[in-house]
Amino acid sequence: MASNGKTLQVDDHGRLRHFLTIDGLDRELLVNILDTAEGFAGVGERAVKKVPLLRGKTIVNLFFEPSTRTRTTFELAAKRLSADVLNINASTSSATKGESLLDTLRTLEAMHCDMFVVRHAESGAAHFIARHAAPHISVINGGDGRHAHPTQAMLDMFTIRRHKGDFASLKVAIVGDVTHSRVARSQIHALVTLGAAEVRIVAPRTLVPPGIEAMGVSVHHDLRKGLADADVVILLRLQNERMQGALLPSSHEFFQYYGVTEEKLAVAHPDAIVMHPGPLNRGVEIDSDVADGSRSVILHQVSYGIAIRMAVMSMAIGSHAAAEREDG
Amino acid sequence: MSDPVDIDALIEELAGALRESLARRGRDAPLMVGVHTGGVWVARKVHALLGIEEPLGTLNINFYRDDFTRIGMHPMVTPSDLFGVDDRHVVLIDDVLQTGRTIRAALNEIFDYGRPASVTLGVLVERSGREIPVQADAIGRSLDLADHEYVKLRGPDPLSLEITRKT
Repeated sequence: MASNGKTLQVDDHGRLRHFLTIDGLDRELLVNILDTAEGFAGVGERAVKKVPLLRGKTIVNLFFEPSTRTRTTFELAAKRLSADVLNINASTSSATKGESLLDTLRTLEAMHCDMFVVRHAESGAAHFIARHAAPHISVINGGDGRHAHPTQAMLDMFTIRRHKGDFASLKVAIVGDVTHSRVARSQIHALVTLGAAEVRIVAPRTLVPPGIEAMGVSVHHDLRKGLADADVVILLRLQNERMQGALLPSSHEFFQYYGVTEEKLAVAHPDAIVMHPGPLNRGVEIDSDVADGSRSVILHQVSYGIAIRMAVMSMAIGSHAAAEREDG
Repeated sequence: MSDPVDIDALIEELAGALRESLARRGRDAPLMVGVHTGGVWVARKVHALLGIEEPLGTLNINFYRDDFTRIGMHPMVTPSDLFGVDDRHVVLIDDVLQTGRTIRAALNEIFDYGRPASVTLGVLVERSGREIPVQADAIGRSLDLADHEYVKLRGPDPLSLEITRKT
């Protein structure tokens, strides 16, 4: 799945066709996404909060898993690009995934849609759709199982670049449930590709996937050591709905050892920023004083998420348009 | 192949023509806006010559191009930087006016920032090849070029005009 990430996502000219995973994408492309998003960041502050770039295009939000923040920011991003948006909340309760997914796909293709934004509880669902979709359709992964959430990772990179500058000098600590987190996987790929000085994982043993060091990170089980001198602290949500079996005694105990409070944050760099993909579990992985404190950039992350989604949507649809013309 | 052109003389010509055009129509306290990239280079110099104190606005028409569906996204380096166009006399500056498509895109973008009182167009070079009805109010020089002749502003320091003939 990850091995064909690049060939499926990038065309022969190095242009983004689909955006499914950070894994396999090079630094130049990631920087291009961040730069393009920079151009879109001001659109929301203008008199007319729209650019005409995707006028006449139809984008389908195909969500097989509930989501408010991700779906609404994708919807807003599409609308600010002047695209028409269709929101479909499909259920995964039936066990007939394979065939029904293809049927859904063919039905939407028949409506002349141009892009699918897919969220699914199964890892690899967005790849599956990208492989089977008609050639003129771009697919964006809005989160698949435990695998990847590339637009979230890129909005996090955008946040880090805006607030902290060059990645090469940054120590980044990712704290929390890494095992169940598609966000963490995508963040690690992005941080390593963009050349962050140090990427640390801070979590109890039960929430660290074995062999994660191979991704280029160090693993810490002690929160204070993990946070020491960190420039960026990224907290992950304790994934209650993904937690099967007793990996933790209780969320109360998790807070005691891994919940980030102002007091524990004192060992980080004085100018450190604190990030969280949301939704917050206050009093579990993050204390309210930190979430609402001066180092928190959590609400900035939400605004930047719209700009990043505008960037990948316009890049992917633009490359399809260009490729069709070259072929024709 | 390149013809040497006195750029400074052209810029002074454009600045003079703009001053005259604005005065004749009573367009006081203009807000100057340059179109990326060459238009911004020209606008910086004209802005100084006209002694405008308010900062120069810049426009990157990338998101308003009419060839997106043909060639996709251009790499985006410098976003637009424009504030408060409502009720202002906007002076739009570009380097070369040929097809008119860039100016159409720039006008569309300006109106998404607000409703200006007026827009005056100044270009360093005006040449043949219009594909939509756009005309400049102030011009540095009109060049009579054939279809296979291309003019391009190089810069920013120093600015030079390059005319090439492609067969």
